[in-house]
Amino acid sequence: MSTDVNVKMDALAGVDPNALPLQVKNLHVEFRTRNGIAHAVNGVSFDLRAGETRAILGESGCGKSVTAQAIMGILDTPPGFITGGEILYRGVDLLKLPESERRKVRANRIAMIFQDALSALNPVFTVGFQLAELFRKHRGMSRKDAKARAIELLDLVKIPAASQRVNDYPHQFSGGMRQRVMIAMALALDPEVLIADEPTTALDVTVQAQIMALLAELQRERNMGLVLITHDMGVVADVADQISVMYAGRVIEEAGVNDIYASPAHPYTKGLLESIPRLDLKGHELSAIKGLPPMLTNIPPGCAFNPRCRYAQEVCRQDPAPPLYQVSPSRTAACHFWKEVKGDE
Amino acid sequence: MSDVVLETRDLVKHFPLTRGIVFKKQYGAVQAVDGVNLQLRRGETLGIVGESGCGKSTLARMLVGLETPTSGDLFVQGRNMSKVGAEERRRGRRNIQLVMQDPYTSLNPRMTVGDIIGEPFEVHPDVVPKGKRRAKVQELLDLVGLNPDHINRYPHQFSGGQRQRIGIARALALNPEIILCDEPVSALDVSIQAQVINLLEKLQAELGLSYIFIAHDLSVVRHIADRVAVMYLGKIIEIGTEDEIYDKPTHPYTQALLSAVPVPDPKLRGQRDQIVLTGDVPSPANPPSGCRFRTRCWKAQDICAEQEPLLVVRDKSDHPSACHFAEVRDVVHATE
Repeated sequence: MSTDVNVKMDALAGVDPNALPLQVKNLHVEFRTRNGIAHAVNGVSFDLRAGETRAILGESGCGKSVTAQAIMGILDTPPGFITGGEILYRGVDLLKLPESERRKVRANRIAMIFQDALSALNPVFTVGFQLAELFRKHRGMSRKDAKARAIELLDLVKIPAASQRVNDYPHQFSGGMRQRVMIAMALALDPEVLIADEPTTALDVTVQAQIMALLAELQRERNMGLVLITHDMGVVADVADQISVMYAGRVIEEAGVNDIYASPAHPYTKGLLESIPRLDLKGHELSAIKGLPPMLTNIPPGCAFNPRCRYAQEVCRQDPAPPLYQVSPSRTAACHFWKEVKGDE
Repeated sequence: MSDVVLETRDLVKHFPLTRGIVFKKQYGAVQAVDGVNLQLRRGETLGIVGESGCGKSTLARMLVGLETPTSGDLFVQGRNMSKVGAEERRRGRRNIQLVMQDPYTSLNPRMTVGDIIGEPFEVHPDVVPKGKRRAKVQELLDLVGLNPDHINRYPHQFSGGQRQRIGIARALALNPEIILCDEPVSALDVSIQAQVINLLEKLQAELGLSYIFIAHDLSVVRHIADRVAVMYLGKIIEIGTEDEIYDKPTHPYTQALLSAVPVPDPKLRGQRDQIVLTGDVPSPANPPSGCRFRTRCWKAQDICAEQEPLLVVRDKSDHPSACHFAEVRDVVHATE
């Protein structure tokens, strides 16, 4: 009975099984607001391999969540508009698909976990109903079978007494349990790519540890690609393989996790790492990045980070923005002076 | 003794749970804070850590007088605040001020920055004479690193970090000796967080302030605190100097909490001694008997359900810990 669940009912034309599960190429998103055009995403590119975890690291307003929304096709339009680029799922450009085709990808092949589980779940339906709905709509299952699958899923994410909890409403769950329900929902249709947008930010550290362990386990079992959007440098160090650091809508550094923590090549990454309190620097002043991130309606010319940068020279203040320089075969950094930044540690 | 600026003795706050509208009947109580003893010394920073729902914010609200304790005593500079008259209590509160968590909701959007920071002078008019208040507000703005010329601006014209500076300036207006920071940086981005922490440390050095620093971010607390108290379900379960808590934790909950904090160093991945707790925090309306942590504890024995462990120094620990089986386990650098 349940074996046919993993057969994708909705075939998608043009899928190349050998292509990468997710590739984002030169994505541009803007928000047309009353106060002008906010350039939220300005040319973001990254690849995701099966089984790999890519962290997208950045502070609030750097465009990381907007990137996720664009990939999922849940961007609020208007005011948000995708103005350029490609989002490829196994070679198929999702941006060119009509909405009816797009729906076959969402949840089925690319699923997402949201930050705030309480507002992401519908408060007037039981979690069982919300989970079962996925199977009924996407797999054409009967109510009864779908509910049985929902219980299996709750069991999978280690919710105790799943067969009873399936009839509970979201408010009856604790924060950590709700996030487990979200994970269950995202994994329901066995996606190849999971996008987790700050999955543990609203949770306490002990619960965060539980959730991250669960995610890692499920990812390993299913060889799923994971895009982890976060601002927490600790979580990233724990789980990521590849990191893209974003600032003002651009990826300003991309590297493997060990490289980036050992020798950041962009002054912003370096500043972020230095502003975390560390044991050996107790009693010293933290080295904070001065100033504020730019308004997205008014990004400074040249490198967006130049007003806050201690390495900034005249060339940084002039357009075009620094390109992604090849720091080593596997890493890039968008800084004219990456050699200096990386060198003096 | 004069060194202690703030002390609590068996401070308790229970919120009654009632049933019925006309004939109200109490059928239980949320034991938010249940017997907390603390001492804050002059010039020191006491960190209070714990997960959501452990009572740390209720404790904070009692310390600044926003909440009346159900029982227990609060001493501010030797004066028992629950025994003194209303007028003296009002004056006593001047010495302990609060910096709130969310800089977006804790500032009135319809008031200018000057009015916000100057409002404490309306309540305590004798601190600064009327004619000099504006100058004092500008001085405060300068002290927290904001431009004094921005005195007529509104909160929305500032960023999150700048707003938190306004909140700090407001707390400093009455020249208090104690500042209570309730999650002062958790709403801020990492790069801004560091700026605010540096400011707090600078102010402490310049003005000789004592801080109570409540946070759930353990690395921030470690950076700023001299002593740390760990709370769980309304009780302090371990207290000690920053080194004692972080390097030699003895209570299983402290160990689990510390081990759960992700370390920003990928080289330590998979090598740390990680304790993943099962289950959730029990309801404070119906806490477990004996030790409140026993339902999630891997060391729990029969005695833990029968007898509540006291917060005392035991054989295998050098600082007070509320566990029958307190024993040092280094979870932070277990790999080295």
